[in-house]
Amino acid sequence: MKSFEFTRPEDAATAIATAARAKTAQQGADMRFVAGGTTLLDLMKLNVETPARLLDINRLPLDKIEATTDGGLKIGATARNSDLAYHPTVQRDYAVLSQALLSGATAQLRNMATTAGNLLQRTRCMYFRDTAMPCNKREPGTGCPAITGSNRTLAVLGTSEHCIATNPSDMCVAMAALEAVIHVQRPKGSRAIPIGDFHLLPGKTPNRETVLEPGDLITHVTLPPPKDRSKQVYLKLRDRASYEFALASAAVVITIADGTVTYARVALGGVGTKPWRSPEAEGALVGKPAEVANFRKAAEAALRDAKPQSENGFKIELAKRCLAHALQMAATA
Amino acid sequence: MRDDSSSSPSNPSRRAFLKTTGETAVATAVAACAPVHASSPPGQPGPPAAKADGPSIAGAVPITLRINGKEHQLHIDPRTTLLDCIRETVALTGTKKGCDHGQCGACTVHVNGRRVNSCLSLALMHDGEEITTIEGLGTPDALHPMQEAFVACDGYQCGYCTSGQIMSAVALLKEPCGRSDADVKELMSGNICRCGAYGNIVAAIQQVRKNH
Repeated sequence: MKSFEFTRPEDAATAIATAARAKTAQQGADMRFVAGGTTLLDLMKLNVETPARLLDINRLPLDKIEATTDGGLKIGATARNSDLAYHPTVQRDYAVLSQALLSGATAQLRNMATTAGNLLQRTRCMYFRDTAMPCNKREPGTGCPAITGSNRTLAVLGTSEHCIATNPSDMCVAMAALEAVIHVQRPKGSRAIPIGDFHLLPGKTPNRETVLEPGDLITHVTLPPPKDRSKQVYLKLRDRASYEFALASAAVVITIADGTVTYARVALGGVGTKPWRSPEAEGALVGKPAEVANFRKAAEAALRDAKPQSENGFKIELAKRCLAHALQMAATA
Repeated sequence: MRDDSSSSPSNPSRRAFLKTTGETAVATAVAACAPVHASSPPGQPGPPAAKADGPSIAGAVPITLRINGKEHQLHIDPRTTLLDCIRETVALTGTKKGCDHGQCGACTVHVNGRRVNSCLSLALMHDGEEITTIEGLGTPDALHPMQEAFVACDGYQCGYCTSGQIMSAVALLKEPCGRSDADVKELMSGNICRCGAYGNIVAAIQQVRKNH
């Protein structure tokens, strides 16, 4: 691990003013906020992340989970994943989020990992994590060996010829289906970013993963009021029964009236270069009878643009079945 | 858990011998960058938290760590993980280093009563917090019920993962966990046992939960 200076800013304003002097908030950042540390320290040990300065934000008052005046939920940036997953309001009104969180990592990691850290979770692509290998995400312009190499677990949606790395988060997939908004405090003012606009597709610049700029501090995430009488399911398929990243996952929030789907929010995990909201699937569901054939059609729509790599073609069918099954689970819940 | 209770200077136990020679070797080899050592043998009254006035380390910063109810005033390299600080600086070696990447759970300790992977946390992030390691759970004469259950159920073979398993299992008692073995397995999935003692580990945990 490279040496760094460790500081604990007294307040958010100080943290932001300090971080604003960083060259970038993306890959290669010379300053990093640290909270749980579960991703950052892991990557610092691998020299994938080499910040010269760490700003410990654990003691800033950003860990609250509380109701908003409009009936939604405000989730602090440093609220731990376990506290969020077991929060009574989340379990009651945003079950898909609780399920997604509890399907990820382990009890120990969930006690450490935070909301904002999970939003910024990095890919598990082995080439990204290995500094002996080229990687456009880690070192722009060096190439993507995953495309011709080991890509069984990598993405089939949102890829480019420069990067096919999967976004590994479960939490983000549920938040995409719940239409979460990410709130960022900046050197001048603040910004509210719908989660769909927060993560970037790799395109030609896979080193840029989010819209964050130097000095941007995620303070909290808000969820809109829960959809009345919605059925929510997070279904995760993986190589092991527990403590494994998704090969494919699906978050669904639907309402059904008189056998017809009246509302649908669908997002996929494990298959996209970002948490993958699927308006195509949603469009295929709403107004249709809530039945297996239509769930399959929605799944076909969600994966229509999927592009298989040499080893991960199976993920396309797996993701379709995952989504169709999740919809069936929700419909019969 | 004291591991040197039967050890004396003339007749040291294997562990006490290794521990002593190991520390000496480290202190000799890297005196210039050795962490300040301020702990007394576990279970024995030592001087009140020793002052951090040992050899200077370039870039070292002061920290007060409260481990098993005892304060340690240390000077450490900011890169020091909580795990390395516990093992190498404070010399509580019951906590084990397995993968060092949060994948195996051997390093599990409690911070403010919650289980965490000490390998994925910087010691500096825990200034002033309450840390509990396996040494803080019980003593050979008064084992924690979970330690007793692991012995009774034979919840280990080589023992390397055991302290992490037990720290995880003790924390699990206070977490929302269903009644079934499957629920226990799910919440223990962050602790890998390469000997495959899982069946007995689950049995030990369930035994304690029944009596809890």
